[in-house]
Amino acid sequence: MAYDYAKFIRPGRLPHIWCPGCGYGIIMKSMLRAIDSTGWSKDEIVLASGIGCASRLPGYVDFNTIHTTHGRSLGFATGIKLANPALKVIAMGGDGDMSAIGGNHFIHACRRNIDITVLVFNNYIYGMTGGQYSPTTPMGAKATTAPYGMIEPSFDIARLAVAAGATFVGRTTSYHAVPMEKLILQALNHKGLSVVEIMAGCPTGYGRRNGQKAASDMLIWEKEHAVPYEKAKNMTEAEMAGKFAIGVIYKDESRPEYVESYDRAVGLSKRG
Amino acid sequence: MAKAVIEINAECCKGCYICVELCPTGALEIKDFKAAVKDAELCTGCMSCELRCPDFAIIITRNAK
Ligand SMILES: Cc1ncc(C[n+]2csc(CCOP(=O)(O)OP(=O)(O)O)c2C)c(N)n1
Ligand code: SF4
Repeated sequence: MAYDYAKFIRPGRLPHIWCPGCGYGIIMKSMLRAIDSTGWSKDEIVLASGIGCASRLPGYVDFNTIHTTHGRSLGFATGIKLANPALKVIAMGGDGDMSAIGGNHFIHACRRNIDITVLVFNNYIYGMTGGQYSPTTPMGAKATTAPYGMIEPSFDIARLAVAAGATFVGRTTSYHAVPMEKLILQALNHKGLSVVEIMAGCPTGYGRRNGQKAASDMLIWEKEHAVPYEKAKNMTEAEMAGKFAIGVIYKDESRPEYVESYDRAVGLSKRG
Repeated sequence: MAKAVIEINAECCKGCYICVELCPTGALEIKDFKAAVKDAELCTGCMSCELRCPDFAIIITRNAK
């Protein structure tokens, strides 16, 4: 049955600004269905974003939303969560926002294991400013600032998150609309810092320079290069070359969550 | 009878071709830069287009069997 998104969309805000075929609209839909499944009320949900095309998402939806400065969504999100731990806080941004200018905030939020869900929209470039390379641009790929191909090795956002201390890490793609919804739901329900890296096509800034002229080419590319994690973990590096794992990549429910640790410390200091 | 009803919101559609290219039966086309139904009878109600329409522009309602 057709899903009714209208209840979550601010009146008069559609059509959105994203380019024709941009994968971000697909993410927005999967995210809204996942949020709906939590049963949380709109008033207890907070969306915080940085700057970029991905970060425009909160402006369209009827939750508590904050569009902050470039790379700083997690600074604001951390403050909001500590001020009112009852709120459900979701931070989002592009690969540039989260792993370049905001990389520091990203690793430290992961390290603290604060109860926030982080959605990283990875389209391999800086979309909003015209397709400059980012820390996730694959080696050899073309960007406006890498006309001869990217010469730097790229970050694997999901592995970065695991290494930094996030306790739930998953990866998905805009092709996998339904698995994405289920993965985001798992991340939302996880207590601690959860990261979902979502591969999404930017036809304007990336696809047309890298042999994917149509938006659908990018979706089909995602379908063909994604390997379920359960299978990927038994494959060799050579077999995985050029491919990426999707699904739940890491989960640990044993580590202390930051707000609880903070409250305990405050309690101890009061008894002091 | 068609298995589903396809509704297209032309105001939101940006004509990106995702629905057309990912429809397994070829039920959709682009006309005047917007998605359009080519042959409603071909639609199986699989939802591929609706799920991946980035613009909230396609609504598929499956008919009761
Ligand atoms: C402090 C600061 N530096 C640079 C910019 C310019 N700027 C705006 S968006 C952006 C990059 C966006 O790329 P990404 O975060 O990957 O998001 P996308 O647009 O691809 O979703 C940059 C560098 C800015 N707004 N603020
Ligand atoms: S520039 Fe890229 S990321 Fe930004 S809206 Fe257009 S397609 Fe999407």
